[in-house]
Amino acid sequence: MMDQAQFHIRDLHVRFRTQADELHAVKGVSLSVARGETLAIVGESGSGKSQTMLAALGLLASNGVVTGSAMLNGQELIGASEVALDRVRGAKVTMIFQEPMTSLDPLYTIGQQIIAVIRRHRTVSAADAKAEALALLERVRIPDAARRLASYPHEMSGGQRQRVVIAMALANRPDLLVADEPTTALDVTIQSEILALLADLQREMGMAIAFITHDLGIVRRIAKRVAVMRHGEIVESGPVEQVFNAPRHPYTRALLDAEPGGTKEPTPADSPVLLEAQDVRVHYPVKSGFFGRTTQVIKAVDGVSLTLKRGGTIGIVGESGSGKSTLGKAIVKLAPATGMIRLEDRALIPLSRAEMRPLRRSLQMVFQDPYGSLSPRMTVGEIITEGLLVHEPGLTSAARDRRAAEALEEVHLDAALRNRFPHEFSGGQRQRIAIARAMILKPRLVILDEPTSALDRSIQKAIVDLLRDLQRRHGLAYIFISHDLAVVRAMADTILVMKDGQVVEQGESENLIRHPREDYTRRLLAAAMETGFSPC
Amino acid sequence: MSEAATHGRSLWADARDRLARNRAAMASLVLISLIALACLFGPFLTGHAYDKVYSDYVKVPASLASQPTEDRIGPALQRTASRLRATIASDTREGNTIRLVLTAPRAIDERSLAFFERSDLFHAAKVLERAEEGKRLTLLVPIERNRFLFGTDGNGRDMLTRTLIAGRVSLAIGLLATFVAILIGVTCGAVSGYLGGRVDTVMMRAVDVLYSLPFIFFVIMLVVFFGRNFVLMFLAVGAVEWLDMARIVRGQTLSLKRREFVQAADVLGVSTPGILRRHIIPNTLGPVVVYTTLLVPKVILLESFLSFLGLGVQEPMTSWGVLISDGARNIQGATYLLIFPAIFLTTTLFCLNFIGDGLRDALDPRDR
Repeated sequence: MMDQAQFHIRDLHVRFRTQADELHAVKGVSLSVARGETLAIVGESGSGKSQTMLAALGLLASNGVVTGSAMLNGQELIGASEVALDRVRGAKVTMIFQEPMTSLDPLYTIGQQIIAVIRRHRTVSAADAKAEALALLERVRIPDAARRLASYPHEMSGGQRQRVVIAMALANRPDLLVADEPTTALDVTIQSEILALLADLQREMGMAIAFITHDLGIVRRIAKRVAVMRHGEIVESGPVEQVFNAPRHPYTRALLDAEPGGTKEPTPADSPVLLEAQDVRVHYPVKSGFFGRTTQVIKAVDGVSLTLKRGGTIGIVGESGSGKSTLGKAIVKLAPATGMIRLEDRALIPLSRAEMRPLRRSLQMVFQDPYGSLSPRMTVGEIITEGLLVHEPGLTSAARDRRAAEALEEVHLDAALRNRFPHEFSGGQRQRIAIARAMILKPRLVILDEPTSALDRSIQKAIVDLLRDLQRRHGLAYIFISHDLAVVRAMADTILVMKDGQVVEQGESENLIRHPREDYTRRLLAAAMETGFSPC
Repeated sequence: MSEAATHGRSLWADARDRLARNRAAMASLVLISLIALACLFGPFLTGHAYDKVYSDYVKVPASLASQPTEDRIGPALQRTASRLRATIASDTREGNTIRLVLTAPRAIDERSLAFFERSDLFHAAKVLERAEEGKRLTLLVPIERNRFLFGTDGNGRDMLTRTLIAGRVSLAIGLLATFVAILIGVTCGAVSGYLGGRVDTVMMRAVDVLYSLPFIFFVIMLVVFFGRNFVLMFLAVGAVEWLDMARIVRGQTLSLKRREFVQAADVLGVSTPGILRRHIIPNTLGPVVVYTTLLVPKVILLESFLSFLGLGVQEPMTSWGVLISDGARNIQGATYLLIFPAIFLTTTLFCLNFIGDGLRDALDPRDR
């Protein structure tokens, strides 16, 4: 029974030659996946988990060098010719990538793309291939499959596109399916549907799956065996129950503990109201035709009201497109809104840009993407102190420099790094810089728009801890926007659930999570629970 | 707080390093610097003024040898003697001077000896001996040595000096018109893209209107109204070339203004000029720098084209375009008139294009 495993990687090394030196990305990884089995490869970004699989399939960037061995059904893939690899890839081994938006060609219909994959590897008539494509689409449960064959990728939602990608990957009944974070870019409810689909398909077709992810919840749900990677090495591997219940390596333990825990201390009942919003609407007219007549109105935010006390936190959850980010932007006047938003005694909506400027001090925002929210050509010190240029123009540059150093220390970064540029920092460090930029103005309300979504779990936890600590020390109020219930629960006093621009449910956070009233909230919770979230 | 703050490497420094490793771009950079230095200082060292006419050296071919050549001296002496109404009794060479004995039926007027000096072949003649009441003169005539490495043009002007002077003009027009184009283009593009809405519509329609003017027609109109001059060249070229730049920068700005760091600055309360200056413009500079290196050769070429048509720089000032136009007319008899300015122009254009290519790779390594 020794050779039941159909995919073996033995002592695989990947090195990247860069300008200055050589980067040893994967250091002697060995693993195997048997027929009908799912192996999860877990690790944080940069741990080499994707590079291992890409290297085994000969898909590395041109400056990468692979040594070692990768055997599929007894065929050596490392060092095989491009022609030989092309016969294997797409037929025996297929791959699903993270981004369903970019892994389909926008110029061809779904049908054409699936048929191309089928006919590339097998001699099938066009009509037969089309019938097969239709069957595949039905198999991945795309509704109205016959009509969808003629659709272009942009006509489909992210979840549907990922289903199409899966259909393409399964078109030639592969022996091994490599799934590289296939659900990371999707909403929780869709994520759980896709995972269920993959599990069903595996039962039916019996292929091996190598599932690359950073999300431990997913591992628990889908895999039998798991390999934990760090710094290009497998630090621990074994059956999922064993690794999760009795982790041997300290890093695995740290990963398991990284679920953001704890809750916020409740806000005193007598603290004054800081922000009040009533019936906030953000509507975008869709104009068409020569005269720009408004033919349709997109209601991004449709009549939302909320009240936030000083020192309190409101969590806003919802899937993408629910209008939660737009609501946040409307409050800081980045999106045009109607209705009433009052910060203490000032109504914000009628204010002009200039009138708004002095109030911006007390109203700050931290954005989702720590890579996009820092200007790439400015030093960290300049980025952090830019707000001071506006609000304390009398400050000397020496004083500003001192304030920058203080602000960096407050978010636990080395003040000596303030003359460096953003691209020299990791994602977590950049998010700290973005937080420092907001905090240096001593605001009273900070809007946090998915501040942890682009970060690894262990870093998320540190950022959540930091945010709670800053809140305690400065008596800040937060509006915390996220799709991740675990993080919201750790941060917020009350939770607002949004769908299609409207609030479907709101309430005190523990109460709402334990006793959801609305269907939609229940669905969100159920999906989150399937990937490891526990409401108790 | 006075700990030594470590300095980071900016994206510009990274780009510089990447450029330094690009051999073609670095070689081009060296070559173009040499051409620029030669054009700047060369004309002082050639020993000729760019507008000095050597009427005895019309269309002398390019050569390393010094002028006059031996076969020119005899006829030149004959010609000068006949102007003095004298005949040559004997001439003996002593190095770079000629001992010349002239005889004439009547006394030779010594003032007319100035004909020697007036010729481009000889310096002033010195009288050694007068005999037979001035009817027989013994003269010492020093030969004036000149070198025309690139030959001379149809008016007998040194081509080397003229090529270098032309380079000054062409490079100056290239750089200045590009600078003007960038200044207007970047400002307009960034403002129009960032403000959007009605401002954008008005500004971009203005650009469209300017685009639709036929360039040559536009230049001819300007020349008709204002006459030909150097400043007009900048105006004409600058007024047309900023349009592309404005579009490029506007496109960049449109994508930049949705980036989170711009929104973050907005939330901080930074004013519109501040956002443009600190966040938008520095981040559009990558493509702008690349486009600049491609714009300079384009402008030089445009200037050459205008000069070729006779709408550009005026004599005796010259530019590579004028020289090439001249050379093209003489291509059958005097190829060197075309070859040398053409070599300079094409080398410059090649170098600038290589540098532009190198910069593109250096500034945006992902797109390779």
